Amino acid sequence: MSSTLPAHENPFELAARQAREMTPPPARPARGNAWADRLFGWAAKGAALVTLGLLAGILVALLIGAWPAIEKYGLGFLANSVWDPVAGEFGGLVMIYGTVATSLIALVIAVPVSFGIALFLTELSPAWLKRPLGTAIELLAAVPSIVYGMWGLLVFSPVLSTYVQQPLQTLFAGVPYLGALVSGPPVGIGILSAGIILAIMIIPFIAAVMRDVFDVTPPMLKESAYALGSTTWEVVSRVVLPYTKAGVIGGIMLGLGRALGETMAVTFVIGNFNQLDSASLFQAANSITSALANEFAEAASGLHQAALMYLGLVLFFITFVVLSLSKLLLARLRRNEGVRT
Amino acid sequence: MKISMRVATVGLAGLCLTGLAAAQDITGAGATFPAPVYAKWASDYNKATGVKVNYQSVGSGAGIKQIDSKTVAFGASDMPLKDEDLAKKGQMQFPTVIGGVVPVVNIKGIAPGQLKLNGQVLGDIYLGKITKWTDPAIKALNPTLALPDAAIAPVRRADGSGTTFGFTNYLSKVNAEWKAKVGEGTAVNWPAGAGGKGNEGVAAFVNRLPNSIGYVEYAYVKQNKMTYALMQNSAGNFVTPDAAAFKAAAAGANWSKSFYQILTNQPGKDAWPITSATFIIMYKTQDKPAEAATALKFFDWAYKNGDKTADDLDYVPMPAVVKAQIEKAWGEIKDASGKPVAFRQVQ
Repeated sequence: MSSTLPAHENPFELAARQAREMTPPPARPARGNAWADRLFGWAAKGAALVTLGLLAGILVALLIGAWPAIEKYGLGFLANSVWDPVAGEFGGLVMIYGTVATSLIALVIAVPVSFGIALFLTELSPAWLKRPLGTAIELLAAVPSIVYGMWGLLVFSPVLSTYVQQPLQTLFAGVPYLGALVSGPPVGIGILSAGIILAIMIIPFIAAVMRDVFDVTPPMLKESAYALGSTTWEVVSRVVLPYTKAGVIGGIMLGLGRALGETMAVTFVIGNFNQLDSASLFQAANSITSALANEFAEAASGLHQAALMYLGLVLFFITFVVLSLSKLLLARLRRNEGVRT
Repeated sequence: MKISMRVATVGLAGLCLTGLAAAQDITGAGATFPAPVYAKWASDYNKATGVKVNYQSVGSGAGIKQIDSKTVAFGASDMPLKDEDLAKKGQMQFPTVIGGVVPVVNIKGIAPGQLKLNGQVLGDIYLGKITKWTDPAIKALNPTLALPDAAIAPVRRADGSGTTFGFTNYLSKVNAEWKAKVGEGTAVNWPAGAGGKGNEGVAAFVNRLPNSIGYVEYAYVKQNKMTYALMQNSAGNFVTPDAAAFKAAAAGANWSKSFYQILTNQPGKDAWPITSATFIIMYKTQDKPAEAATALKFFDWAYKNGDKTADDLDYVPMPAVVKAQIEKAWGEIKDASGKPVAFRQVQ
């Protein structure tokens, strides 16, 4: 590696430096091991291509596995809410709705909280608290998801049922729309509790990314803003956020990806109920991952399994769309920036 | 030098031994419900004979797939396969142990065995037709019991399972509306209720939710001291779920023609109505007769020596008559040349 630098380089040796400045840069010493470079290049390229190949392989395997269901239902699968393994009729609407709804609830809760955490850690926290608090948040990310699931079922859902759901139901009883949102059995199991558990699970991811990107905002920019008399909020909203928005959106997408794909914790608290008969947030529902985890082992080969594969493909597609949308959003933000300046 | 030679010899001998042992090892896969008893039988059998039987509890569906593709010596399923399907694939099945599915409730002030239910009421609860514990249909069965005026929270299995098959099969037999609307299977389109994963998931839900009802394997009821309900059987008696009641149900079935027997709603005055057996599936014509012989020897040993283990784990062993019929049926398992696979222990 260091062979491109002359061995005798010494900044204090003026004569040598002058000599070097006068002469053209020395020719690269002949490389006896060019093949090693090439090998390394191939290996690196291979590693990158394997990733692509894997992705394509998974997609193809899912497509082949799901083909009987795709052939039979087509895109109607996405709009059909009947999931009846006995009659052999399958539609994915319930699970797709459950996945999207729980992830949305999780984001609605997790994004503001994570933003608050990151803001506090980078701008407001006393120095002695920064490190333990930051570590605690990172530790939350290391808790296995099944622990969140058991905690959610045994500890959290009774609390949610007694102190949130039942009061809300008495408060909103008879109110149009809001009343429907909180109808159903207040047992602490369903879309809302799954969404809240997911939020707790993705907060550490989003918060950690946000904190890291907030930290890299050049102090000079912040100090200048403060010097001009900005309040902390103005500094954060006008300087830090615009400077770090790509990272912030990336963090949110990371959290959303985790929420869409989370299985064990959701399966414990969502209720695994394959009917779509109310708009209530308290209603037990199902998610794509939960249905896959529960039914795959016992699914008879044939249409049932193909339908589950189809669900997997749909989840793959949703994740893909979410990722593309976030890239699009970032690109648009960048373009607007160009227009403004 | 001498020592190293000896080490090498010992090592070589060890290798040969493990090679021999590996030839005897067999693998089976399938149902999760009997997995604890198969695992215990396998470890006892290993102690007694040195032969290793690996059982992977991957689920009945996956077990059937594995035996179909001949990756395992035997498959295991909680749901019997229809005789014509077996004939098509050239396989045979036989039952190993019996278990019972038991409705459990969580109602304040109700002790185990106090609540009485029948198939019609149980079906209507899971259909979402009976929604309160004070429903006249429940009151009629329990005239003296003080039941709360609260909504019933039905709980069932979220994952596909043999337990669900037994339960829904029973409801289909005794509740016409259930049969028409839902039907039977390892996973069905449940009209009501929340789903827990596995017996332990359902048990956790029921323990957690006041005024809930669920169904779990008998072993769970016994080990967790859950509040079980009495069920009315086809003879009209209310029976307590226990080993004797499951045995009575197994005795009522006619195993002599076909092992495709579903033990729900069996005749017999003491029979528990939601009883089910679990099955082993093997190919009739064996490419690897040695493996098949090992598997059959294992089950032969288990039928002879494993009853106590099964009892300890709260499974019910097969009645002796049925065991004799099963061992007779094993004569159908043959090697490629048409010679029956030898399984009897030489003693």
